[in-house]
Amino acid sequence: MASGRFLWQSRAALAVAEKDMRIYYLKPPVLIFGIFFPVCLFLAFAFGRNIPMPVLLPGMLGMTLFFLSSSTSPLVAPWETLSRTLERLVSTPASITAIVAGDIFAGAVYGIGISLFLLAVSVAALGIAPVHPLVVGIDICLSAVCFSALGSLIATLPTDSPGNIMLVLNVIRLPLIFVSGVFMPLGDMPAWGRTIAACSPLTYTCDLARHGLLGSGYFPAALSMGALAAFTVGFCVLAVFLHKKSTPRRLA
Amino acid sequence: MGVVSSPMTSNSIEVAGLRKDFGSLRAVDNISFAVAEGEIFGFLGPNGAGKTTTQRLLTGVLRPTAGDIRIMGRDLRKDPVAAKRHVGVVPENANPYRDLSAWHNLMLMGRLYGMAKKRREQKALQLLEYFGLLDRRRAKTKTLSKGLNQRISLSMALIHDPRLLFLDEPTSGLDVESTRLIRRLIVDLNTRGVTVFLTTHDMQEAARLCDRVAIVCRGRIAAIDSPDALRADFSSAQSVEVAFEKPLRDPALLQELASVSGVRQEKGKYILFTDRPGEVACRVALLARERGLGLRSINTRAARLEDVFVHLTAAKGSGNGER
Repeated sequence: MASGRFLWQSRAALAVAEKDMRIYYLKPPVLIFGIFFPVCLFLAFAFGRNIPMPVLLPGMLGMTLFFLSSSTSPLVAPWETLSRTLERLVSTPASITAIVAGDIFAGAVYGIGISLFLLAVSVAALGIAPVHPLVVGIDICLSAVCFSALGSLIATLPTDSPGNIMLVLNVIRLPLIFVSGVFMPLGDMPAWGRTIAACSPLTYTCDLARHGLLGSGYFPAALSMGALAAFTVGFCVLAVFLHKKSTPRRLA
Repeated sequence: MGVVSSPMTSNSIEVAGLRKDFGSLRAVDNISFAVAEGEIFGFLGPNGAGKTTTQRLLTGVLRPTAGDIRIMGRDLRKDPVAAKRHVGVVPENANPYRDLSAWHNLMLMGRLYGMAKKRREQKALQLLEYFGLLDRRRAKTKTLSKGLNQRISLSMALIHDPRLLFLDEPTSGLDVESTRLIRRLIVDLNTRGVTVFLTTHDMQEAARLCDRVAIVCRGRIAAIDSPDALRADFSSAQSVEVAFEKPLRDPALLQELASVSGVRQEKGKYILFTDRPGEVACRVALLARERGLGLRSINTRAARLEDVFVHLTAAKGSGNGER
């Protein structure tokens, strides 16, 4: 009975995810804030500095994953409130948990797909072989879900304006870029910087990428994986809890 | 509070003591009713009466402040998934996904209701054919008219063969062809045993389609019965319609006639509400002769559902007068 219900809700979540993929992947806010924005940011940092590309690659992977994965999921709830499609979705047997899971999954797949493509191109162009490909794979998957869940969490803010949500999202994302060792290895940061960095999930994404691509990181790989997993579970649980509260209010 | 049951045995909807507050505003105020399986049940009321809020509570979109709802025998609060499984919903002004085609909208709904691929494809083709959308199935719905979008919306609600269908203002703002198609569909579905909960402003639609109607006012139910029984019970809503050859200088004269409970002026005619239309017609004719007004036309009229509605919703402080 319980397993049948779980299966039903899992299928509903996949249906929601497929719907999100068809509708939101090519929306201008997703393309601008998910792809264009981090590329510009990276180029602005990398140009004119004498930093070898292999050293920059883990940070680039982390930032790409961060922006891509957190761009789709925050858009869905306000967009669907505005376009009056959310009510129909909520009136089906799909639970709020399944709907949120579908949104998170769609965001994660977006991040994983494009990050893998960019990574493959970079690795081929630079002629680098990842030292621990499995670690890179785990890092990409775990981080994509984590950041997509963070996006979904932000989508619980009581607004039906996608523009407002993207604004809040960037207010959170931009500072995290600078405190998470994206552009600077953690070991080169001052002690207070490392303390702040430890509170950001992006720190563990970049550190794990350094492990996987270059063979060494600041934290032990297991610690980074554990921290990322903890952030992921925390964001997912909080996103579902808050969506259960906010969805009836959106539709009232 | 007890549920007001329909005379039929099995109920598709049972509501007891339902209440919904938005802050200090009480949108739905302790209502109770039941809708029997196979019924077309109309939910009527003026704007802001709580119709759409009630439907949203019954479809699980909103959570009630208090009260119980059972849908197809399942408690909506405790077991929402099972309760929603056999229900189709066409919300007011709810659109299909504008960036998806009609086909993908239907496939999405089929998947959300747990239908196997083959079955949902067969059913989608049937529905698209019924609604004349087969050749437009690949077009994104944002390129289609409001009438066609409403047909897609209905198809989305029917893809899983629901046993209970909620329709909120399904014909509002549609062209004649789409309106007729939807009304015919409601009757067809009902013939096949589907229960229909119809929220509407359209009195004629309700009178023509519904087995029973509930009239809601300020979040409360003012009356529940069949349209015929409501008309019969509101005998004071019978009327005499009169047009004079010459203008009546003092319309208060009509109000003063014996057995007249109210007078309304409408398009150059006077409508006199009464429970004795025959007697009042004679008195009006006499008045016209005495004053030299001349009669252009005079008709007696049975009470219409619209008159009952106006009487009930105009009455202040109406209680939860389920009948």
